[in-house]
Amino acid sequence: MATTLPLAAATADDFVPSKNTVWRRFRRHKVALAGIVVLALLALIAIFAKLLAPQDPNYIDQVHWQGYPLAPGVAGHILGTDEVGRDLLSRLMFGAQISLTVALFAVIMEIVIGTVLGAVAGYYGGWIDFVLMRVTDVVLSIPLLPLLLVITAIVEATSTKAALSFLVIVLIIGGLSWPSVARLVRASFLSLREREFAEAARAVGNRDGRIIFRHLLPNAVAPIIVQATLDVANVIILESTLSFLGFGIQPPTASWGNMLANSQSNITQAPWAAIFPGLCILITTLAINYVGDGLRDALDPNTR
Amino acid sequence: MQSIPLLLLVSIVIFSILQAAPGGPLTPYLQNPHLTEADIARLKHNLGLDQPAYVQYLKWLWQVVHGDFGWSMSNSETVTQAILERVPATLELMGASLVISVGLGVVFGILSAVKQYSWVDYLITTFAFFGQSMPVFWFAVMLQLLFAVYGVPVGFGYKIQLPSAGLSDYDQFVLGDRLRHLVLPTIVLSLAFLAQYSRFMRSSMLEVIRTDYMRTAAAKGVSRLGVIFKHGLKNALIPLVTVIALTLPGLVAGAVVTETIFAWPGMGRLFLNALQQFDFALLMGYLMMVSFFVVFCNLLADVCYAWLDPRVKYT
Repeated sequence: MATTLPLAAATADDFVPSKNTVWRRFRRHKVALAGIVVLALLALIAIFAKLLAPQDPNYIDQVHWQGYPLAPGVAGHILGTDEVGRDLLSRLMFGAQISLTVALFAVIMEIVIGTVLGAVAGYYGGWIDFVLMRVTDVVLSIPLLPLLLVITAIVEATSTKAALSFLVIVLIIGGLSWPSVARLVRASFLSLREREFAEAARAVGNRDGRIIFRHLLPNAVAPIIVQATLDVANVIILESTLSFLGFGIQPPTASWGNMLANSQSNITQAPWAAIFPGLCILITTLAINYVGDGLRDALDPNTR
Repeated sequence: MQSIPLLLLVSIVIFSILQAAPGGPLTPYLQNPHLTEADIARLKHNLGLDQPAYVQYLKWLWQVVHGDFGWSMSNSETVTQAILERVPATLELMGASLVISVGLGVVFGILSAVKQYSWVDYLITTFAFFGQSMPVFWFAVMLQLLFAVYGVPVGFGYKIQLPSAGLSDYDQFVLGDRLRHLVLPTIVLSLAFLAQYSRFMRSSMLEVIRTDYMRTAAAKGVSRLGVIFKHGLKNALIPLVTVIALTLPGLVAGAVVTETIFAWPGMGRLFLNALQQFDFALLMGYLMMVSFFVVFCNLLADVCYAWLDPRVKYT
């Protein structure tokens, strides 16, 4: 934006950091950098799960499995097997695929819906704002986890397919978690639309859509990015909780959550089957939260 | 007074969602081999379930206004009874968790802020990050593994062994036993909130420490601890009260998972059992009460904020 009109003297809060500044500030946050590395590794493992996994995730090792889960290291199973003799490491890798894609797509959906509705509500105000905000109020008034449980249970019972597909989980989580984003975006749009550059954009005769997305949105993007990052961690936990309780990703498809579903009853026999999937979730969410923290510091140094 | 229309809208949304359940409100009876199709049809007619959805909704609303949430088919008692029976257990768990998370959260936050960038601060912030990132159900299972299956050695051949399920081992009330059962679920439920509160308290305290009146008090010769506790703490607590009110509903959702894992006879487990059997009236009642609680807490947050901070005025 500095290349166009260097006319108005930029005040402190007008200052939008350039990409370079953001990266320089982000680099200082060492743990966040480590988080990026961890996430990159996890993403690679998820993408190349088919090549990296020692076995098919649903293959039951009938040669060695005798009704009891195999301990880590036994018969070539690096992390052991689960209670029905499937290789744990392979399931974890494919589970990464499911858990990460669910989170990614659900958050993209959440951000798109939340941003569009929040921007429209904040920009137009009036009855559009009133209606949209009442809708967000309603969604926010019903606690998310119970609501998700009810809807997934109903969809599962209604659908003809035995397995609740991963797309359904994405749609349900993404379709219900947008209100907080919408509120966030609306709040910044309420103040942004009154600023001179918005006035100028209007005076020149831009269409509303162009003003919203080309002129106002770039100025509201920093908190959205931070929120999106943190929500990836939240969605991973949500999905795994649903799957753990038996209402999310259905077996035999492996997700980190449903791998833990039977772990509680088998915990004396096979503690490893309970430890590793949760550890994967924790490492991932921890990395994401640190990256989110780093991004917040880098994008908006005022809030600390 | 926006709360009442809001709750009405919420009830319509929940009612419509539950209507989509495949067997409708009679699902718990459909698996019963003693009921013939004719019985089901008769029940459907007698209960008014063959009427249009909006008529059913209005009937439900009329009952609720008169304090009747209907009949829970999976528990064979009224919804109000079923829920009220489980409220004490849930309140016990939520209360204990709230006390722990707020108490420790405030202490951690103050320590962190007063000793900013010290090793204490790093320890607490790291802990808070772990607490926020922790998948609750896995944390619960790990604690069960440690304290119930293995036992944690404390030296001299002693081990800490804690029960992993239920409210108590006895029929009558034994305080020690009740407390032992309460330990693990409370730790599990409070972890995420403790993390959140200590982070919030830290930033709130840091903000207060930098204010002019703190410097003034210090300049007047008030001791460092006196400044922090008498002048700082009070002002740093104001925003925390709001945050606590806003996060209270999260305890309800967290209780669903915690109660299920620890076989805690509370509302959360009741809800999950009702869900497995599609107990329409109970699900409707539970979701409405929980939503009411959310709306109430939001209101509470507003009121507390205005009440504690005289600069805030209702407009």
